[in-house]
Amino acid sequence: MLTKLTGGKVYDPAHGINGEVRDIFVRDGRIVAHHQADGESPDQEFDCRGKVIMAGAIDMHTHIGGGKVTIARNLLPEDHRGDPVARSGPMRAGAGYVAPSTLTAGYRYAEMGYTAGFEPAVLPINARQAHMEMADTPLMDVGGYAMLGSDDFFLRLMSSGAEQEVINDYVAWTIHSSQCIGIKVVNPGGISAFKFNQRKLDLDENHRYYGVTPRGILQSLARAVHELGVPHPLHVHGCNLGVPGNLDTTLNTITGIEGLPMHLTHIQFHSYGTEGDRKFSSGAAQIAEAINSNPNITADVGQILFGQTVTASGDSMMQYANHAHAHPNKWVCMDIECDAGCGVVPFKYKDQNFVNALQWCIGLEIFLLVEDPWRIFLTTDHPNGAPFTSYPHLIRLLMDKSFRNDMLSTINVDSAALSTLASIDREYSLYEIAIMTRAGAARILGLHDRGHLGAGAAADITVYTEQDDKEAMFTTPDYVFKDGELVVKNGQVIKVVWGNLHTIRPEFDRASIERRLKPYFDRYLTMKMDNFIIRDWEIEDDGRSKIMVHPCRGQA
Amino acid sequence: MNATPPKVFDNVPSPFCGIASDDLRIAVDGLAIRVLENGDPVTRAGFEVPVTDTTPRIGGKPAGLEQAIQHAAGLLKKAYLPVFSGFGSDVNETRAALSLIESCRGVFDQLKAPAGLRNLLVLSDSGWMTTTLAELKNRVDVLVVFGADIETAFPRFFERFIWVEETLFGADTSQREIIFIGQAPGGKAAHSPDGRPPKVLPCAPAELPQVAAALSALAGGARLQAESVGGIATSDLQAVVDRLKAAQYGVVTWAAGQLDFDHAELTVQQLCKAVVALNKDTRCAGLPLGGQNGDRTASQVAAWITGYPTRISYARGYPEYDPLHNEATKLLAQGEADVLCWVSSLSCTAPPVTSVPTVVIGRSGICLEQEPEVYIPVGVPGIDFPGHIYRCDSVVALPLYQLRQSDLPRAARVLQAIEQALESL
Repeated sequence: MLTKLTGGKVYDPAHGINGEVRDIFVRDGRIVAHHQADGESPDQEFDCRGKVIMAGAIDMHTHIGGGKVTIARNLLPEDHRGDPVARSGPMRAGAGYVAPSTLTAGYRYAEMGYTAGFEPAVLPINARQAHMEMADTPLMDVGGYAMLGSDDFFLRLMSSGAEQEVINDYVAWTIHSSQCIGIKVVNPGGISAFKFNQRKLDLDENHRYYGVTPRGILQSLARAVHELGVPHPLHVHGCNLGVPGNLDTTLNTITGIEGLPMHLTHIQFHSYGTEGDRKFSSGAAQIAEAINSNPNITADVGQILFGQTVTASGDSMMQYANHAHAHPNKWVCMDIECDAGCGVVPFKYKDQNFVNALQWCIGLEIFLLVEDPWRIFLTTDHPNGAPFTSYPHLIRLLMDKSFRNDMLSTINVDSAALSTLASIDREYSLYEIAIMTRAGAARILGLHDRGHLGAGAAADITVYTEQDDKEAMFTTPDYVFKDGELVVKNGQVIKVVWGNLHTIRPEFDRASIERRLKPYFDRYLTMKMDNFIIRDWEIEDDGRSKIMVHPCRGQA
Repeated sequence: MNATPPKVFDNVPSPFCGIASDDLRIAVDGLAIRVLENGDPVTRAGFEVPVTDTTPRIGGKPAGLEQAIQHAAGLLKKAYLPVFSGFGSDVNETRAALSLIESCRGVFDQLKAPAGLRNLLVLSDSGWMTTTLAELKNRVDVLVVFGADIETAFPRFFERFIWVEETLFGADTSQREIIFIGQAPGGKAAHSPDGRPPKVLPCAPAELPQVAAALSALAGGARLQAESVGGIATSDLQAVVDRLKAAQYGVVTWAAGQLDFDHAELTVQQLCKAVVALNKDTRCAGLPLGGQNGDRTASQVAAWITGYPTRISYARGYPEYDPLHNEATKLLAQGEADVLCWVSSLSCTAPPVTSVPTVVIGRSGICLEQEPEVYIPVGVPGIDFPGHIYRCDSVVALPLYQLRQSDLPRAARVLQAIEQALESL
């Protein structure tokens, strides 16, 4: 069946297409070149004249699956009671706003024109749960980044001076076994240090037991990721999250990676200075400058927006340190399986709170001061900064200077005075939004057939009516196609399909690393190595998810 | 007699006990299962249940599977408020059940919900700091066991996690200190390899809430006037707190299933408060033990699909959580529920006797105290087909494998088929 989208204004930055009026042809779930559809009369035609067409959006850092997300659900039944969702049409019932049930999350993402999301903190021991929850998230392609750096196996390797090759094998083995697409490190070594009653771990501070430093951990893992040819850079949740003055930690982390590719996540939380009476100020200008002048660095912002949310993170050390800010006053902290940990702390960002208001400014400053839209990504670190349903509002703030100023005038005046936001005139264009939420995200993950509208791309397509009110525009797409099927019309799900799991499989010496791992599992852990490894049947057997394997650099 | 030779499987994960041992050696001969190595009373009881019924029944008479499915759908179609319970079930079974329950606007409860809620209510009221089994195995130096005789429900707990040969950090595990508060253990599993018995501070079950509150107060730095609490000298309780404060990684563990008294969640909450207070200066964590026969599994799946962990009603078309009201036996007793659907693929515990029509989708060999209106014997995940379950610490999910070839249907398929039949009625 041939589908035609006629006369839309196409934004496809991967191919340099900036608002050109073009027809798009879709067959068998893929976009086909015009000449392949020549002469044929389409079976289905959608009149897109006057409308904006982009590839389906990709959220490259969102907590949509895994143990800590379900802990957040169990922690906050009142969040669900406040937002019940009745069964409707093809959509099943659900609940929740900051920690929605997986079904509801999938429908809401699709209704906003998103067709892919990536869980950034997959504990290898908990990867099954991440995959199960992502599999139960309809209408979305998914994938995960496996967490390393606080697991005892890695720290032992490092502190015993193991060769980089062994570390590379272990990293690759972890990616395969947890069926992931990248590697994440959270508070490098810090989650482990907390188990030894170490309450902080600076970039050049020694882990109290293993003696290694976060700087060393980052170098080791970044090298592994790079040498294995993993498309996505090491995804880094840095040291000292939330600590005033951590701007310096972040700058040192950037220089410390010595030119290797590195992605700094929710960088807003790592951009704080200590100037002024309250010893809390914006470091956005310095951070943006560092990103601008270091082409090996990418970042996603982790913007906060005002309101109630829940912070769910692998960073047990910092979540424990901040538990006094919990709102409501309840929280969870876990040490997990010699693998990592987690902390779940509900939080309310208030516009009249000096710190929160300045955090809001800092995120926006970073967006607006970073020059290369291919190296900065739109996230709220859902749900840590705000639920993902706030993205249209955030897009409006970036595209509409006068709206941004209006919002700025409502926040804590001291915070506004400490921010340069009022003097920043930049407005994001649709093209730049398309880069940040589609083309750039696909590129940084190595997804060849997503995030663009060229021939051969999967037909994940979003059609919007262009509107002055960008929040309204991005809230309610006219059409969303998932793998060529029309799934959303006028912001409502009309058909439910299931997405794919995106992974990579770097080359490595399995026999060699398993000679170390098998006895390690037998001696120290609580399950057998063979039962730890996630096999393809576990993902694909129920017929919904299909595993897609993308090539690493150097692989065919 | 089966002509094929018996097969032996190694590293078999057990879906029956909450600590999910996966080192079992199991022999399969036709339909007969025998645990050869690393078994214990719980896992053997789970694996070795013989297959009895293989044919569904309607009103006690043999029926075809299709017929039974249609009949069950008919009952659910007519029902005003069907309640589903049992659950013990694996991941796919729970997914299928929740979809059906939503379709027929029923209630999801669990046989073991009372025990589960003793922890879940604390989680949603104040949260907690907890750890998992591998951390326990490698780090614990002082273990406080509150109100539980662990080895009765988790026979291999001490062997697998406490008296281990070595740890990641070179500890001499024989030096680990075990303190029981409440009941003394019935067996010797808590004795160290060199014969040292655990310390026991005995008190009657009715005193456990007070003792927990006292521990929490002492851990927070309070000084108590009372010289004893629940029959235990306050100085002994202070000594426990001091020992935990001096420890490197104290663990306080309890088995909610064994805290069988009203409002036991308040007791659990006090233990959790004590743990949080102790983390001011050292590291300490709680370890809720529990979860048998798939009840933690069903709760996890319910949580991510509905937002709530158990006792969920879809009567209004969306999930509602009411841990007090959405209790199957109570709804049945009060005449508010008019059909009971019992789903139990792992446990053989009989469904409650009730006067409303009952559908039982239960593992072959399940006990039945009355003949249900529809009975569909099903296979067991981890024996008859692959699946997944969650361990008691809620973080680790294990794969389950197929060990034998039986013709028993899967509960997940049966539930899906009932939902499809319902939609075409």
